[in-house]
Amino acid sequence: MSELLDRDVAARVLARALANGGRFAEVFAERRRGQVLAIDEGRIESVQTGAEEGAGVRVVEGGTTYFAHVDGLDAADLERAADEAAAALKGDRREPQPLQARETAPLPISHRPEEVPAAQKAAMLRELDERGRAKGGEIAQFTASYAEARREVAVANSDGLFTGDDRTRVRIGAQAVARRDSSVETGSETLGGHRGYELLEDDPGQIAEKAAEKALTLLDAVPAPSGSMPVVVGGGFGGVLFHEMTGHGLEADHIQKGASVYVDKLGDRVAEPLLNAYDDGRLPGEWGSDAIDDEGRPTQKTLVIEDGRLTSYLYDHLTAERAGVDSTGNGRRESFRHLPIPRMTNTYIAPGDATPEEMIAEVERGFYAVSFGGGQVDPATGDFVFGVNEGYLIEGGKVTRPCRGATLIGNCLDALAAIDAVGNDFFMKTGMCGKGGQKIPVGTGQGHVRLRALTVGGTER
Amino acid sequence: MTELSAVAHRAVEAATGAGASDAEAYVSRESGREVRVHGGEVESLTAAVQSGVGIRAWSGQRVGYAYGTDLSEAGVAAIAARAAEAAAVADEDEFASPPQPAEIEALPGLSDPSIAEWEPARLAELALTVERTALDSDPRLVGVETAVYADAAEQVAIASSTGVAGEYESSSCYAYLQALAEGEGARETGLGFGLARGPRDLDPEAIGAEGARRAVEMIGAGKPESRACPVVLDPTVAASFVGLIGAGLGAKAVQRGRSPLAGRLDEEVASAAFALHDDGREPEGPASTPFDGEGVPRRRTALIEGGRLRSYLYDTYTADREGVASTGSASRGSYRSLPTVATSNLVVAPGSHSFEQLLAEAGEGVFVNDVAGLHSGVNPVTGVFSVGASGRMIRGGALAEPVREFTIAGELVAMLGAVSAAGADPRRVPFGGSVSTPPLLIAEMAISGS
Repeated sequence: MSELLDRDVAARVLARALANGGRFAEVFAERRRGQVLAIDEGRIESVQTGAEEGAGVRVVEGGTTYFAHVDGLDAADLERAADEAAAALKGDRREPQPLQARETAPLPISHRPEEVPAAQKAAMLRELDERGRAKGGEIAQFTASYAEARREVAVANSDGLFTGDDRTRVRIGAQAVARRDSSVETGSETLGGHRGYELLEDDPGQIAEKAAEKALTLLDAVPAPSGSMPVVVGGGFGGVLFHEMTGHGLEADHIQKGASVYVDKLGDRVAEPLLNAYDDGRLPGEWGSDAIDDEGRPTQKTLVIEDGRLTSYLYDHLTAERAGVDSTGNGRRESFRHLPIPRMTNTYIAPGDATPEEMIAEVERGFYAVSFGGGQVDPATGDFVFGVNEGYLIEGGKVTRPCRGATLIGNCLDALAAIDAVGNDFFMKTGMCGKGGQKIPVGTGQGHVRLRALTVGGTER
Repeated sequence: MTELSAVAHRAVEAATGAGASDAEAYVSRESGREVRVHGGEVESLTAAVQSGVGIRAWSGQRVGYAYGTDLSEAGVAAIAARAAEAAAVADEDEFASPPQPAEIEALPGLSDPSIAEWEPARLAELALTVERTALDSDPRLVGVETAVYADAAEQVAIASSTGVAGEYESSSCYAYLQALAEGEGARETGLGFGLARGPRDLDPEAIGAEGARRAVEMIGAGKPESRACPVVLDPTVAASFVGLIGAGLGAKAVQRGRSPLAGRLDEEVASAAFALHDDGREPEGPASTPFDGEGVPRRRTALIEGGRLRSYLYDTYTADREGVASTGSASRGSYRSLPTVATSNLVVAPGSHSFEQLLAEAGEGVFVNDVAGLHSGVNPVTGVFSVGASGRMIRGGALAEPVREFTIAGELVAMLGAVSAAGADPRRVPFGGSVSTPPLLIAEMAISGS
């Protein structure tokens, strides 16, 4: 961090930021590096590298945040941002606290991706392509991509905090298109982590095979049913259900604006006692983990639902200050060009006792949503939707035919209370979460989860 | 030559100097502001400047790309070297060749001076007016989650080793709010928005009133019964679907077999009531520019006319692959991204029906005012979709009670075939890209509720 942001420069920038008053000032400096490659039609293409650096300065006075960001990390760039942020204030100069450096231990990276030759990454993508296509002649199209990103960040604020982090993420994705006569289906799969190239040392080709298998399975799919029925949700990315229907509504900015169905619900029973859930920014190697949040606060494991009762919201610095509590280390930002806001890190439902087989065997007629393409919620009304990209009918306690074109739709509080079984087969998956125009990496996880009833919106006529 | 064009030319020279057989540089500089207000107070005020360069390098028939924010001579040289290196990793592609220069006709009026003239305090007042109008409009309006004003003024320059050279300036701004209404034991939200080239052309009262109206009219919403029935799509909803059709008309998706419209050229793909074109030079269009993301002049392209598919959209690469001309449809989000085929301003031809006539023709059905979950509920390869929706029942040819928590499902191309009438009054909507569309009447869609 000393290399990214010199302590004396930081102190000078904070003093300039408070030149016209303000109760809090912060400078956030960042260097971003990344590389992306893709394979399409069997050819390596879209080979790209990026390098950006810049800083954002904010000053808080009353209920207002004044924010400016610039490209570049020279002292003059940072001072320009500080002056710009301070320009709209009209008060008297305030003095920031002396900066106390606090060392942060970044998540360990054992194999730096930028040291791996691009040709090796290309070879890895070629292997994905071969293994995906090898799944059968009905695989008509196959694409795969590789992305690495490194974000070095430094934060200094007028309370005297001075710290930083060094974050490396790697992610690969595969998409297959299967074709039989006039029917076309797609399947996709991803693998990612707050990890280096070691993420891919096991067997990255698996995701290509899984994507191809999903597409091939769907060639036999029937249109998804419509109506309210029991729904069993698969592990891993199935956790996006909890992310959307509960996680967003717990973000303290929504709570403080009255724009969440979870307002005034702390301590209330919102789910069956079998449900425990966390937001945990410290899970080793996970996609949504960081050593500190983007305000310099160490990330933490926050219990949000304990035995069915709501126990905590998710706070950043300003919302915690307003609520008179400590930040939960959820102040995150897409880049130096964005203000931090309360965001999830890795959100998950803790493992339960049931096996997936038992949960399905108890359903006479229902829907099995193995994985989602994503979801969306309006935290204020609690209305949510999820697009299912791999789903099956459950008939007579057995998983039967695959279904295409299903969406799950419901309201948060009803759906959360409808969870009547939680599986013991826990794992995490990666996602990109959008809020307020900012996209950030988040982890979602769970074992299988069953809901007594949920609306499935399909195309069956 | 402007400073930005000078950077672009220097970048091209640096890339060819680093071994590229051809090179292209796209440089942009943007300054922007954002005001967010809540509860009669300014919540945040942001001022930003950003600039960067993206360099595309060809090494024979291999292409690489690099971008960065360091526009100093050494910085640009380093980015150029990385672009040339990236090209060495890519595989050869016989159609990968740089665009050739063409006459670029100027497109005046893309920049509004009121952006520069309006001080932050005046912009804050605009956003506060949006919020206040909503709050004052109805006692059931209990709050506004956020009201936002944002603008951007951008300069772009492009240059290439084949002689492409151009530059332009443009500006844009928008304001929106998310209004909260309460009644019958539930909260409802309503979005109001407006966009323009400069703040003087935004109507804050209209934006605030729209958000309030949308929130209040949802009070007491129930779940409709599952059925197949006529559906009227609000322009904001129609735009999202039209944007998806536009994505399926991009030649890259078509050539690679990833579009529901692949192989359908000259075929009947829509009802006669649905006509669509793309126009990158429309004076009012937010996506209008004199040239596209690789320096090819923008133009108007008829896409669907008389129910038939007339053309796909092409950039230089996809056009070369089919031996046709680029439609000037290379698009970039910013200097960070390689140009790729995308729509500019999509325009659905207005019909002759007033909104009331559309409802009357629907008879018994559903008016869909909002959709959710488009990014996960639509398969862009097959066109199959199922998305969350809310709106009003249509009974006896008029709007009736509000409904929510249901899905509408179908297939994109089949939906085009089922458009039985287009409204007379189009609206420009920033969803699904830039789309101008009237409300549309769909003869039948599957509704899944209770």
